[in-house]
Amino acid sequence: MGKDNAHKREILIYAACKFASLAALFICIIALVAVIAFVAIRGLPYISMQLIFGDYGKYPSIKPALLGTLYLIAISVSIAAPIGIGSAIFLTEYTKSNSRLVKSIRIAVETLAGIPSIVYGIFGYLVFVVALKYRYSLIGGGITLSIMILPVIVRSTEESLLSVPRSLREGSFALGSSMVRTIFSVVLPCAASGIVTSLILAIGRVMSESAVLILTIGMVVNKVPKGFSSPGTSLALDVYYFGSHGYPNEAAATGVVLLVLVVTINIIATVLGKKYGKGDLANE
Amino acid sequence: MNEQYNITVKNCDLHYGDFQALKGINIDILEREVTALIGPSGCGKSTFIKMLNRMNDLVENCRITGEIMIGGQDIYAKGTDVTLLRKNVGMVFQKPNPFPMSIYDNIAFAPRTFGIKKKAELDGIVEQSLKQAGLWDEARDRLRKSALSLSGGQQQRLCIARALAADPKILLMDEPTSALDPISTGKIEDLLSELKKDYTIVIVTHNMQQATRISDKTAFFLLGEIIEFGVTESIFSLPKDKRTENYITGRFG
Repeated sequence: MGKDNAHKREILIYAACKFASLAALFICIIALVAVIAFVAIRGLPYISMQLIFGDYGKYPSIKPALLGTLYLIAISVSIAAPIGIGSAIFLTEYTKSNSRLVKSIRIAVETLAGIPSIVYGIFGYLVFVVALKYRYSLIGGGITLSIMILPVIVRSTEESLLSVPRSLREGSFALGSSMVRTIFSVVLPCAASGIVTSLILAIGRVMSESAVLILTIGMVVNKVPKGFSSPGTSLALDVYYFGSHGYPNEAAATGVVLLVLVVTINIIATVLGKKYGKGDLANE
Repeated sequence: MNEQYNITVKNCDLHYGDFQALKGINIDILEREVTALIGPSGCGKSTFIKMLNRMNDLVENCRITGEIMIGGQDIYAKGTDVTLLRKNVGMVFQKPNPFPMSIYDNIAFAPRTFGIKKKAELDGIVEQSLKQAGLWDEARDRLRKSALSLSGGQQQRLCIARALAADPKILLMDEPTSALDPISTGKIEDLLSELKKDYTIVIVTHNMQQATRISDKTAFFLLGEIIEFGVTESIFSLPKDKRTENYITGRFG
């Protein structure tokens, strides 16, 4: 009798848990679909040649934002990539894994990753706009962003370097290669796809960032930036600007453009990461 | 020093931190001989051969005392060119470890390290090394294919070819056939009897039959010491030490 009841209760609990987790999953998917669908339905009809490629005049355009975003990506990645990849190489190849130095660098990188982006923003504002009197500029925003994406690049590059089997490094050393030759001819090529993936993800972060840029690049939505030192805007900032200045349709349309770009970037990163994942490196 | 490529080890101790992995090692390995190192796992055989091309340099807290001479030179003397040492003392690992690049680039790796850039010269080295490793016929039409497309046995012969391409005098092999099937193992054993005409070979093996088949001398390692070292036939037919006898007859313990 008692045994039977216990059994029944187990089945009941199992069914309830299964239902609850399914419901949770369903809500997740609904939320995702709702966000995308709502923005798409509101925004898609307002995407036009004028909006994307036109000059900012009577009608708003996101051409300045597209260019500004490109500038920001170029500046931040070209600064953060060499520093980040270099740091990761130092951490994995040149230091003993448990030394004090490595531990403190790692804590520093984690902390950098945990800082709220608005704090980066105020830092960039105080340094470039206030202290250096450089005014609002894409270069100031780009440099601030480069600090923000540094931990993303360091951590994922480190991971892909660590996934290169030790036996390949040993094989290279045993053939008389120096440390530098081993790193550049064996380790980095093996880790290349992982590193590229991390750079793409970093680009995604730059494209979707807004808090840093509000305080550093000036949100000049109506002028095409003339160069690195001119003020500008980005796609994410345009969404904010349009939304708060009475252009809800344009805000939604810009949101769609941003969404499509970020999702594309993430898909590319995922495909690259899967295609050249760890399994390909060594037959272990 | 070109002719003499003997290995002479005198009173050598090796510590990993507090653990002493090798104790009072004395051994003379003659050139153009195959010397087999046998003994139970963890007895220091691999540590010993890694000492001969200074691969132990990569291990933290590894201390070595004593004298290790190769070709009349103390390889642990200050100012020793480790890259040159490793060029002269090639190594083949337990698991095949081809680089994830083409067969050609694998073989050309060491020559390129040492500054050979001319395509004709590289082509020659690649062909010769693959022939020496008995892989030329199987690989000649797919030199640009990834080395990872080869089978395990072929990969190990590729690794041997890659080591030979550096033009070494000595070849260290750390259980090169333990991950391979019997047919691939047979091919590599045949290869060794060819290679010993030109190279000094030191091979770690867990396979007694392999040691008797391929080696001229055998050293029996136990707990970091060399218990017995001598001509292979006499070690296997008339071991002087009781412990050697127990090990080679499988009555270890």
